[in-house]
Amino acid sequence: MLVLEKNQISAEIEDLAGYYGGNRTALLPLLQFIQKKYNHISDFAQQEIARVLDIHPVEVYAVISFYSFLHSEPKGRNIVRLCRTIVCDMAGKEKVEKAVERELGIKFGETTHDGRITLEFTNCLGMCDQGPAMIVNERVYTKLDPEKACKILSEVK
Amino acid sequence: MHNEVINTIHQGGILFGNYSPGDAIKKALSIGRENILFELRESKLKGRGGAGFPTSTKWMLTAAAQSDEKFIVCNADEGEPGTFKDRVILTEYPWLVFDGMVIGGFTVGAKKGIVYLRGEYVYMLEQLNNYLDKMRKEGLLGKNIGGKAGFDFDIEIMLGSGAYVCGEETALIESLEGHRGEPRNRPPYPVNTGFNGKPTSVNNVETLAAVPHIVINGGTFYSTHGTSASTGSKLFSVSGDCERPGVYELSWGISIHELLEIVGAKDPKAVQVGGASGICIPKTQFNRKLAYEDVATGGSIMIFNESRDMLHVLKNFMEFFVEESCGQCTPCRVGNTKLLEGVEMIESGEYTFMYLNKLKELGKTMQLASKCGLGQSSPNPFLSILENFKEEIFQSNGNGVKHGKK
Amino acid sequence: MEKNKSRVPISQQPYQIDPKKGNGEIGGTVTVEINGKPVQVPFGTTILDACREANVYVPTLCHHPDLFMGGHCRLCLVEVEGFRTLQASCAFPITNPLKINTTTNDVRKARRHVMDLLLSEHHGDCYACVRNNNCELQTLAKEMGVDTFNFGHTKESRFEIDNSSFSLLRDMDKCILCRRCVRTCIDLQEVGVLEAIGKGYDTHISTFMEKPLADVICINCGQCINRCPTGALRANDPSDEIWKAIEDPTKHVVIQTAPSPRAGIGEEFGLEAGTSLTGNLNTALRRIGFNKVFDTNFTADLTIMEEGTELLTRLKKALVDKDKEVALPQFTSCSPGWVKYIEHFYPEYLDHLSSAKSPQQMFGTIIKTFYAEEAGIDPANIVSVALMPCSAKKFECNRPEMNSSGYKDVDYGLTTRELAMMIKESGIYLPDEEKSHFDDPFGEASGAGLIFGATGGVMEAALRTAYELITGRQVPFENLRIEATRGFEGIKQASVKLEGCVPDWSFLEGVDLKFIVAHGTANAKKVMEMLKAGELKDVHFVEIMACPGGCLGGGGMPIPTTTEIRKKRAQAIYAEDESLPVRKSHENPFIDVFYKKFIPEGPCSHKSHKLLHTHYTKRGKYIV
Repeated sequence: MLVLEKNQISAEIEDLAGYYGGNRTALLPLLQFIQKKYNHISDFAQQEIARVLDIHPVEVYAVISFYSFLHSEPKGRNIVRLCRTIVCDMAGKEKVEKAVERELGIKFGETTHDGRITLEFTNCLGMCDQGPAMIVNERVYTKLDPEKACKILSEVK
Repeated sequence: MHNEVINTIHQGGILFGNYSPGDAIKKALSIGRENILFELRESKLKGRGGAGFPTSTKWMLTAAAQSDEKFIVCNADEGEPGTFKDRVILTEYPWLVFDGMVIGGFTVGAKKGIVYLRGEYVYMLEQLNNYLDKMRKEGLLGKNIGGKAGFDFDIEIMLGSGAYVCGEETALIESLEGHRGEPRNRPPYPVNTGFNGKPTSVNNVETLAAVPHIVINGGTFYSTHGTSASTGSKLFSVSGDCERPGVYELSWGISIHELLEIVGAKDPKAVQVGGASGICIPKTQFNRKLAYEDVATGGSIMIFNESRDMLHVLKNFMEFFVEESCGQCTPCRVGNTKLLEGVEMIESGEYTFMYLNKLKELGKTMQLASKCGLGQSSPNPFLSILENFKEEIFQSNGNGVKHGKK
Repeated sequence: MEKNKSRVPISQQPYQIDPKKGNGEIGGTVTVEINGKPVQVPFGTTILDACREANVYVPTLCHHPDLFMGGHCRLCLVEVEGFRTLQASCAFPITNPLKINTTTNDVRKARRHVMDLLLSEHHGDCYACVRNNNCELQTLAKEMGVDTFNFGHTKESRFEIDNSSFSLLRDMDKCILCRRCVRTCIDLQEVGVLEAIGKGYDTHISTFMEKPLADVICINCGQCINRCPTGALRANDPSDEIWKAIEDPTKHVVIQTAPSPRAGIGEEFGLEAGTSLTGNLNTALRRIGFNKVFDTNFTADLTIMEEGTELLTRLKKALVDKDKEVALPQFTSCSPGWVKYIEHFYPEYLDHLSSAKSPQQMFGTIIKTFYAEEAGIDPANIVSVALMPCSAKKFECNRPEMNSSGYKDVDYGLTTRELAMMIKESGIYLPDEEKSHFDDPFGEASGAGLIFGATGGVMEAALRTAYELITGRQVPFENLRIEATRGFEGIKQASVKLEGCVPDWSFLEGVDLKFIVAHGTANAKKVMEMLKAGELKDVHFVEIMACPGGCLGGGGMPIPTTTEIRKKRAQAIYAEDESLPVRKSHENPFIDVFYKKFIPEGPCSHKSHKLLHTHYTKRGKYIV
């Protein structure tokens, strides 16, 4: 990582921590911010957060590892989360799953070689009345069928 | 909104009834704390998240706690499989929730309200923040709200990051404080020792949304609906095998059978009430009533028709719990994996009834011994599905579904 | 543990009694009914403590008296009237009258179920485990009548053993996730290496980014080992190599023994805590094959000479030469856990740390230089073992700079537990051994060196010597007991006025010699924050030990550990001190001989710096 980028991350962390009062309450918002901006929370960022909030780096890592939307290792630029809970399952999740895997040539839990898409399962998205549903980054797609899902993913940059 | 979220609402008369935003705040400020608590008590409103703790008691305890700082937290971490009512309220009627929070803040003496919004609902964030700005401009948030000198209150939205257990109120508070979302030991309860150690009232979205109506129309009006122990209306998130899935506002006390009629369920054989942590009701019990005194629920109704494989349903639920347990206490962390293993044994035909009975006993222990509601309720589907669908599961005669060596 | 600064959620910290209400006043106590018998307890007492008060046994696993409440394992469940579910007694503060039942069917079944679940995940075989016969899980399994694994017993290893550290070994297959180590590392010691990682079934205890222990900021204090109920955490055991050296006729194997292991090793043989076995140990060590047995207290006395001289030099620079750069207060450097702590967390203050080596390392150097010469043995053939109460000593002897003798100064750091195992393995029952003396040339050391084992001991020893050298009189305390340095209070502050100084030290006339004694790195952190805030400007000397209670609470001492056990060990050490003829370091006759023969220029001279002093590394907190 370049020094410039490191300095920028540090400054951003300090700013945002200040906004939330500089205590541990700021941890989740900080992690969400870094994750969104840099696609993952690097060990440098984790230690900077620990320094600014005066906690131990392992505590930051422990929190990241607890929440399924936070991760410390780089993933694809776009994260696709397909709901696997029973109602979406009954509505045809498996067909969508298979089609998407075939289309991208990867399995769920993996990232495409070009780093464009990571496929993941997620638990109930709260879209049970319109399943199968998936969430691409922050955007929700519902009533999926194999064709629709593949079309959506083909449009993701 | 750039999302494909379509809210299908089937309105009842209460929660989705007439209400003009801000009215209840003004009325609340004019009638005073004691009267708000009185109306709440009269309404017999109970927590809509599923546990059913009387809201008036919760607020009274928070109000009575001695502290320089208190909090109202709105639990919008709607993670229970099959539940989406909070999504509908927050996207269509956010003012009900926010007005409820302001009234709560006024009643208990809190200056700050926090909405803990699940990470999956991040797409609502902008709209909700815009609405909060609007309230600030209208003087419904900020300093001296509604012209009431000294009543300052503001609301902040915090996002979750994908952990089902954070819907448990103490885990939610842990998460707000920047910890792993692991439920706390109780007592002390959040009403005494909550967010940052200060008295905190954590209320479900739907509970808070009911408050403005109770303030405007009075507690008695509310309590005339529903049954004597379950007053008012309830939002049911209906999904699965039916013609008209969506959110339904219905009176408490409605039977499952009646509900299935309304939503157009075809050929239903089972209804999972209360989400993954709820219980599975077979056809023979469709006359049971949805109410705290019979089948209590946070509102999730998942309908399964005759073609569905109940063991598959159970497996899906158990996989959910194995993953979503916080991993802190033994009965829940290991217990759920044992139950899942049991399901897989049945699936492959390599089970003994002796071992399954051991697992059932284990399930009962988990209900008693787990640290929080998640672990206490996670064996529910295991126990109820194995009990209510044993013919289908063990005799392999149901609808061509077969379990045994493949 | 400071209450509000702690990582632990406020609600999980012990309930505090409303300060307005004393125990005698209304509301200060609560009467509860335990199994039908009324018991009066202070407001806020946990059900567990109330049960113990009432002599009602409740099994526990994740609970530890040194730590904050857990409530994780769910073994201490009891029934409380009015509650639908069972309650964890260790985590339930009593604030109103309750009816508690500890023996219902539900309780019994639940405890057994919890036990079955823990065992189903606990990978390993009791026979082949360092904690066999001293394992809380094993004991509880027996207590609960486990004769079969109701929910299986995993055959599959889920984790690789982490043996990257010189000091500690982590075998997470044996971990039952009680999180005592987490609470020890983060709350008790405030080092922050271990945390629960992951969620659900994937939850496990690990380090930052799952790095090996050697790569994170572990200070090797081993407090987690002492509190681990199973064999998941243990010290990195060198006994196989030591046996090999003993069997090798070309090797001359010597061992130095520190005072704390001698006061604690009896516990490994079933004796009461606080039974000192120094003499018996000397015999046993020779019987199992060590060629020479030396007393580390000799170099403790030497440390006093070196560190004391260093302090006086610093004081002179500050008071006479008016040197503003001189780093005061001076910190002790005997505790390798503390040294690594300051290297990581406060590297900018390393110049405050005395450059004197720890007694173990001084002895190591002397054995392979002075002793080798005296005895006419090639140092290359000497294998030097140090019996220590400490896991960090294993790391210390492996520091690359610890080779001033031209060889690795100390070859192996051995803990009390490991030596006890070696003795047992040899078929010796230690308490039955005859007593014998240490070997020459070092012989018996002073009581001042001995009390190094307890927190405050270094300070007390230093004062006994410094006061006498400066004023020409014995310290003005009855029987040389400097009470201000004793006891288990986290941070002790006191001072001694220097009056009537001898001419050499007249610049110290009227100086109030101020000192601080702290133990446990959480307290060290507080002291360092005070230093940072400029609050220690008039303090001269600070003793810090990484482990709670000092060395006698070290990470290599017998398990279990509690305040009571540590108190008893301290009593044994202080009693032994008073039984010795020489109780001041400078009066140790061999100290004089040693300097004359080996370092005639005296303490802190060039040669002494070369051999008996060291330097430190600015490690910092950043984990690469």
